Amino acid sequence: MTSRDTLRAGLLSIVFALVTLAVWHVATVQPEHAAAPDDEYAKLMGKGTKKSDGFPTPSQLGEAAKQHLANPFYDNGPNDKGIGIQLAHSLARVAGGFTLAILVAIPLGFLIGMSPLLSRALNPFIQVLKPISPLAWMPLALYTIKDSSVSGIFVIFICSLWPALINTAYGVAAVRRDWLNVAKTLEVAPLRRAFQVILPAAAPTILTGMRISIGIAWLVIVAAEMLVGGTGIGYFVWNEWNNLNLTNVIFAILVIGVMGMILDFIFGRLQKLVTYVE
Amino acid sequence: MSAFKNPFDPNLTLGATCNCGRHASQAEHDAAEFAGDDLADNSIETLNRRAIESAAMRALFPHDETRRRFIRAVGASTAMAAISSFIPFGALEAMAQEKQGSLEKKDLKIGFIPITCATPLIMADPLGFYKKQGLNVTLNKTAGWALIRDKMLNKEHDASHFLSPMPVAISLGLGSAAQPMNVATIQNINGQAIVLANKHKDKRDPKQWKGFKFGIPFDYSIHNMLLRYYVAEHGIDPDTDIQLRVTPPPELVANLRAGNIDGFLGPDPFNQRAVYDEVGFIHILSKEIWDGHPCCAFGVSSAFVKENPNTFAALYRSVLLAAQMARDPKNRPLIATVIAPANYLNQPVPLLEQVLTGKFADGLGQVRNVPDRVDFDPFPWQSMAVWMLTQMKRWGYIKGDVNYQKVAEQVFLATDARKRMAELDMKPPAANYAKFKVMGKEFDPTQPEKYLASFAIRKMA
Repeated sequence: MTSRDTLRAGLLSIVFALVTLAVWHVATVQPEHAAAPDDEYAKLMGKGTKKSDGFPTPSQLGEAAKQHLANPFYDNGPNDKGIGIQLAHSLARVAGGFTLAILVAIPLGFLIGMSPLLSRALNPFIQVLKPISPLAWMPLALYTIKDSSVSGIFVIFICSLWPALINTAYGVAAVRRDWLNVAKTLEVAPLRRAFQVILPAAAPTILTGMRISIGIAWLVIVAAEMLVGGTGIGYFVWNEWNNLNLTNVIFAILVIGVMGMILDFIFGRLQKLVTYVE
Repeated sequence: MSAFKNPFDPNLTLGATCNCGRHASQAEHDAAEFAGDDLADNSIETLNRRAIESAAMRALFPHDETRRRFIRAVGASTAMAAISSFIPFGALEAMAQEKQGSLEKKDLKIGFIPITCATPLIMADPLGFYKKQGLNVTLNKTAGWALIRDKMLNKEHDASHFLSPMPVAISLGLGSAAQPMNVATIQNINGQAIVLANKHKDKRDPKQWKGFKFGIPFDYSIHNMLLRYYVAEHGIDPDTDIQLRVTPPPELVANLRAGNIDGFLGPDPFNQRAVYDEVGFIHILSKEIWDGHPCCAFGVSSAFVKENPNTFAALYRSVLLAAQMARDPKNRPLIATVIAPANYLNQPVPLLEQVLTGKFADGLGQVRNVPDRVDFDPFPWQSMAVWMLTQMKRWGYIKGDVNYQKVAEQVFLATDARKRMAELDMKPPAANYAKFKVMGKEFDPTQPEKYLASFAIRKMA
């Protein structure tokens, strides 16, 4: 793609964004509030005052975003923390669960990929466990682990395990026969074969698995935190939903989206690093 | 209350009748006084000192008239100085505090659901009731009742806001592993409502509700029991004619707006929130079903009570004093502003004011004024527990025989509550059981089986 094309694509993106904002503004702009009515009933119903409900206009959202971003690390007690702190809690949980999943998935994936027997023996289990929604594990986790924040990490672990595991196994199994044969002819030791032949060859596939995993983990953490509460961006969404404050909910959705994009970008970069041309 | 009054006040009687003559009774006088008093002046230290001083003065001057004359003659400050010189008030005070014992555990985690039912235990944090007892409490907002249960079972929380039937259910092992739980105090009485979606404005007769879907906060909730009772009295079988869906309180309004449910019997502020957001109207208040019904409770596990008796006593005092303050209608607007921020309820203040003061829009165009829409009577009547057990049995949550009295007495700590309330001069009732009426029908706590047998609509194992 030439630089002219990049420029065009960028311009088009901006146009799309502006059109979306314009449509949103027109669809949500509210008539000016009349002066506060004298009627007592209307007053109790919150008429004439600014109610937090209703779909916000883009400018209201902008204002809320400015407020949140101006002071992202405030801490007003256990149930009211800044968006930065909430995000950090979520990222820490994802990092914990994801790291654990990778520590299990890659060695296990190697074993499965290298041994057709093991692959066939474990396949039914993987196929049954893989499609289970990670949140379905939550009640079981709470009951057995007896700690809600560890349960959250467990849910991340279980959801990021499968894509990484399956991709590792596939990548390892799909290493070109020729290369393995060459290694065999040269009488390379098994460990050396694993690290210097198979790992580099399977790395792009493994990274793809990790990239899918982190995406799913980020999807799941929001739902898990809405369920468990306490801290995190998911809790933030839940707490604002509790107040039926859509402006803050939309702001949180945008933050979640941007953060997800950043995570994906990082893994995309890592993936590029290990990709090779045959 | 008179024990907490300044005994060096010549205009005060340290006795049983109202001392200013303007009030019908001493209780009323005290209520007016307490509300007028500055908050800081009612701190525990002041109350403690007052109680000791009053005791000493009463011992020195058995006749109130003598004390008054003495104080009038020499002046309050001279009298205080004179008497302090031979009675070591400071030391006595220290002793009184020491008698409370050292706290086994100071850092406590308490779970709560963001609803006005939990007002006493929530306001105790920002208003410093816990701190005054030497406790460092972290209030954890929790996402639903199942999680409240699990976090108590897992000991992640030391104490918790409960629906009052929950400790009964957990102690019996209903819907969870059995673990002895206790109700230390009731948090609120009344304060719930049946809310219907706006499209049902013409269906005010429960007989027209066949096929409706109702939200309830939890299976083991007074809401479930009251709703079942209410529709059954109108000839609707809650198990076959309508659908009951467990929905966490904050999600009730969103579900009503989305049309997933036709109505709910839920906790405030979500009843009022449905009105405020113009998605529903208040059909009836729960006090119209059973005036004075218990709703939420402040509970701890029996193990916690055993291991931390002094901490438990301090917690008890904090919550009881908070409840005492919350009972006074004059304090309600202040309380509404204190519990509204994002750290606690995360709701608009005008909304909470309507709930707490009882002057509210009903969603049908009327302004209603019901000062006892919600109240915070902390005494855990064991008769309430017996009633809950009859209803749990009526709807098949309990199968087989129940020893009503035994369970009620194990779970509802009425005797402890009486002792703690008496220490704080809060005039607890003398009995643990009382008769009451639910929709006009009398409940006799000594005859639970007979009461149960009198219902035509029920589900029996």
